[in-house]
Amino acid sequence: MAGLLVFVQHDEGEFSPNSLGMLAKAASLGEATAFVAGSGVDDSWAAGLGAHGASKVVVADDAALGGGLSQPVVDAIEPLAREADAVLFGAGVVSADVAAGLAARLGAGIHCETTEIALADGGVVATRPALGDTVMVESTFTGGPAVVLGRANAFASEGTGGGDAAVERVSPTIQDWSTKATLAGREQPEATGVDITEADVLVAFGRGLGGPENIPLVEALAKALGGEVAATRAVVDAGWVPYAMQVGQTGKTVSPKLYLACGISGAIQHKVGMANSGTIVAINKDANAPIHEFADLSVIGDALTVVPKLTAALAK
Amino acid sequence: MNIAVCVKEVPSATSAKRLDASTHRLDRSGDSELNPFDLHGLEEAIRIREGGQDVGEIVAVCMGPESAQRPLQKALALGADRAVLVTDPALAGSDISGTAYALATVLEKQNADLVILGQQAADADCYVMAAAVADHLKRPLVTQVAHLSVEGGGIKAKRQTEHGYDVIEAPLPAVISVSDAINEARLPNIKAIMGAKKKPTDKLSAADAGLDTSRVGESGARSVVKSVSPPPQKQAGRRVEDQGGDSVEEIVAFLAEKGVV
Repeated sequence: MAGLLVFVQHDEGEFSPNSLGMLAKAASLGEATAFVAGSGVDDSWAAGLGAHGASKVVVADDAALGGGLSQPVVDAIEPLAREADAVLFGAGVVSADVAAGLAARLGAGIHCETTEIALADGGVVATRPALGDTVMVESTFTGGPAVVLGRANAFASEGTGGGDAAVERVSPTIQDWSTKATLAGREQPEATGVDITEADVLVAFGRGLGGPENIPLVEALAKALGGEVAATRAVVDAGWVPYAMQVGQTGKTVSPKLYLACGISGAIQHKVGMANSGTIVAINKDANAPIHEFADLSVIGDALTVVPKLTAALAK
Repeated sequence: MNIAVCVKEVPSATSAKRLDASTHRLDRSGDSELNPFDLHGLEEAIRIREGGQDVGEIVAVCMGPESAQRPLQKALALGADRAVLVTDPALAGSDISGTAYALATVLEKQNADLVILGQQAADADCYVMAAAVADHLKRPLVTQVAHLSVEGGGIKAKRQTEHGYDVIEAPLPAVISVSDAINEARLPNIKAIMGAKKKPTDKLSAADAGLDTSRVGESGARSVVKSVSPPPQKQAGRRVEDQGGDSVEEIVAFLAEKGVV
């Protein structure tokens, strides 16, 4: 296998752990070239990807690549991708957008939610859980490079122990339309004073709680259990609670001793952030909710009824 | 401005989902529904119109089997003015790349200033279609939009990433995908359901849509399912049906058994 190209997402000088995990996975399969796009990229920083498995790092440096947006990155990675056998992406919002844009540009096959990658018969074989993780699907690729996008937390991001990698710089050609979307600002996450990744007990809630007026119910339960409150992306996006409380793909990854999920459906984006919890208890009135498939105790019931009664019972 | 909303027919949440053992395609013989994530796209389009923007038309665009006409009726009942269904046996078995190409080709002819997609399809659990469509259309993209405003010939959108929220601006025409938290989608009323029957649906074959059939369907797929197998066995959890809070004792006993209380 000639070429494995790994896109490495980064933000404010930090490489994405999911990208580093994918890089390490690629290195275990063969020679892996890391690709970093940015503005004012420091060579010695990029070279550090050698310690995560990169045999070479290609840096595309352009003012247009500094905004954290995917479309100019597709322009920058495209020429290299055309020469590669596979282009691998760790999970991430920008990473997924680049992967999808690139696959469209190349007319290439794209495989999402990948949890395992292997080489067989000179090609890439990618595996993913599908249909609510009820089945494992193995796919191969034809007619061009394989574009493989990992599932969040699927590949461990420990270093591989190598030294600095050689850095090569390329000058990207950015198309006019690629820079029409611009980053106008970032919202600083509101500090909550609590690090949910440190808690032994998390009482988490989602839209099934009905509305923000019911949050005191889960707060009281968390207090009774000596734990903290966490939330799904949906209620964070809806503005009920701050981003720092979010568990899941674009939030925190947690593994408390007890994860008590109230009114949470257990969509994959949430599951990847909490599936390694010691014990999972789910309270959700929807018997078909995916969370009931992987909880240790599934309570098919209304969280609004069960939670206050549970709090009262624990106080006894 | 005109808005196009991409919608997909998916197996309904209550029907068992399985892959056909021989074709490896999703078994679509059970009940189906409009992809729940797409309801938020339709709702956002309706809100843009209700918010005072001069929205000429809202068109729902779908690629799928003939049976997708039914979920498209729901899109019309919710507020789309017309629907386009591209349906052809030649499209069956299309992969993500083929689907993105087909949707983009159809969208190109819809004269839409804003193309809206849901963040993912409930059956495939990918969230890449908007970015792929945007690349084909060469239009600016914002994915996972949690808040949207349309102002001065452009959009201002807030999206969540692994680091918090980004605010992104883009001129129209543009492509966005919306988070399922962007709005609470409404239910259609009876009058709207009846009215939807009078709204037009254009049914297009692959040839009508001007598609190069070598790029779609099973033969055009670049990602090919090789095998399907059961997932690693996990010990099944315990299940309790709660009636009015009567499960509490059992929950407390379970927590005690696990040593967490």
